[in-house]
Amino acid sequence: MSDPGSGVNKVATVSLTVNGRRRRVRVPPMKRLLDVLREDLALPGSKEGCGEGECGACSVLMDGVSVNSCLIAASQAEGARIVTVEGLAPARGVSRLQQAFIDFGGAQCGICTPGMLITATELLRRTRGRVPSDAEVREALVGNLCRCTGYQKIVDAVRAAAGAGRATKRPAGAKRGAKRASGAGRSKTRRPGRKAK
Amino acid sequence: MRAALSQVEVVRPRGLDHALDLLSEPADRRPTPLAGGTDLFVYLNAGDESRGRFLDLSPLRGLRGIRVVGGTVTIGALATFREIREHAVIRRRLPALSAAAAEVGGWQIQNRATLAGNIANASPAGDSLPVLLALDAVVRVASKRGVRDLPIHRVFTGYRKLAFDPDELIVSIAIPFPSAGTVTFFRKVGTRRAQSISKVVFCGSIAFGRGRGRSGGTPHHVQLAYGSMAAVPLRAEAAEGVLLEGPPSAERARAARLALAEDLTPIDDVRSDRDYRMDVAGNVLDQFLRNASPGYTRS
Repeated sequence: MSDPGSGVNKVATVSLTVNGRRRRVRVPPMKRLLDVLREDLALPGSKEGCGEGECGACSVLMDGVSVNSCLIAASQAEGARIVTVEGLAPARGVSRLQQAFIDFGGAQCGICTPGMLITATELLRRTRGRVPSDAEVREALVGNLCRCTGYQKIVDAVRAAAGAGRATKRPAGAKRGAKRASGAGRSKTRRPGRKAK
Repeated sequence: MRAALSQVEVVRPRGLDHALDLLSEPADRRPTPLAGGTDLFVYLNAGDESRGRFLDLSPLRGLRGIRVVGGTVTIGALATFREIREHAVIRRRLPALSAAAAEVGGWQIQNRATLAGNIANASPAGDSLPVLLALDAVVRVASKRGVRDLPIHRVFTGYRKLAFDPDELIVSIAIPFPSAGTVTFFRKVGTRRAQSISKVVFCGSIAFGRGRGRSGGTPHHVQLAYGSMAAVPLRAEAAEGVLLEGPPSAERARAARLALAEDLTPIDDVRSDRDYRMDVAGNVLDQFLRNASPGYTRS
């Protein structure tokens, strides 16, 4: 992809850490991080929705904070620590947050889910030690659009993940419609050994 | 991937001097400064091929961070809205700025986008720009020819046009703390509560002279700034003049609202029509004045 006419090298070598693994790619420097992840690193979990920073389906963590990977140049990811949805789960099974999404029906068609999980991960890191309020979760997730769930199930799932010692199975009665009560109820449960404000 | 993006070049400067050297190259070689990229990538993703070369500002450590010296906060060109909204001193002394920073896009945008980029993008709808206008921000730009400071009200010269020369780079934005007793207010009105391009965006600041603080006599300072209400973000000087004429009253608030017709020239577009925008601009002014002094509701 280099251009012999102008002598300008239009390919850059970018070194970055993705889901804990050091990776190196040779790509055009303005290739979108989203495309690098999906095409060069075979990580298709991050989705493209709008391509303009509205929908959040492409969200990944970059040095610990959520960003739209469709708006980031590969060259700007040099040296960065990237975490995609593929990197959220432990070696076996799913994370507590992911389990909560399953338990509360927070994932339906699934397109927004990777981005929701990423931004919710940043929120849970920021509010570590306490359960974020309904309003806080909604504010954190304004950059993640969902056309299926109506959001409440997602909000409940995030709060449950923050509060429950372990989100194992669906809380009693937490089928469709039983959302708020169960979410709030669980969120008040204090985890042993953890300070809750 | 998109064809346009495979053809462009990115230069990573070794330092500010190197960056300014690159910006002084002839127009056909001059790179476009790239910070968070949250505006530029929208254009690129939409197929805009007008920019072939970018200057990645992220290696320029000197442009990072927020500093408070004396009565002024200086925001580096690479400081993100996330850093601005969380900054304890800004929260306390410039609450309108933290409020605006918290309403720019979602978290993902706030984690990347910069105040300097909001200025450089020069959109009449830029969320933070009325705040800068209401609070007398000063923009510092650098070029190989030197450094200069431009008051924000001289920055926007026409629709998406800036007063800077093409070889100049925004390095920081300085905002003085308002004097004690000044009331400031920020309001963004969009289609949804968050993550929208504004229909009307407003920032006001007002300080009263004698009397019992906030609601006392004639204000000695009034600045009203609007975005999305003209080709550029601007101050509503006719309305300011009305408010400066005397002490708060419901009649004066009504007169100020009427004077907005002289200041603002909104357009019909996909987000709103003219009349709606004028109504909303008046409503947010009323809201600001009610908040600033109960006098504006008394007849």
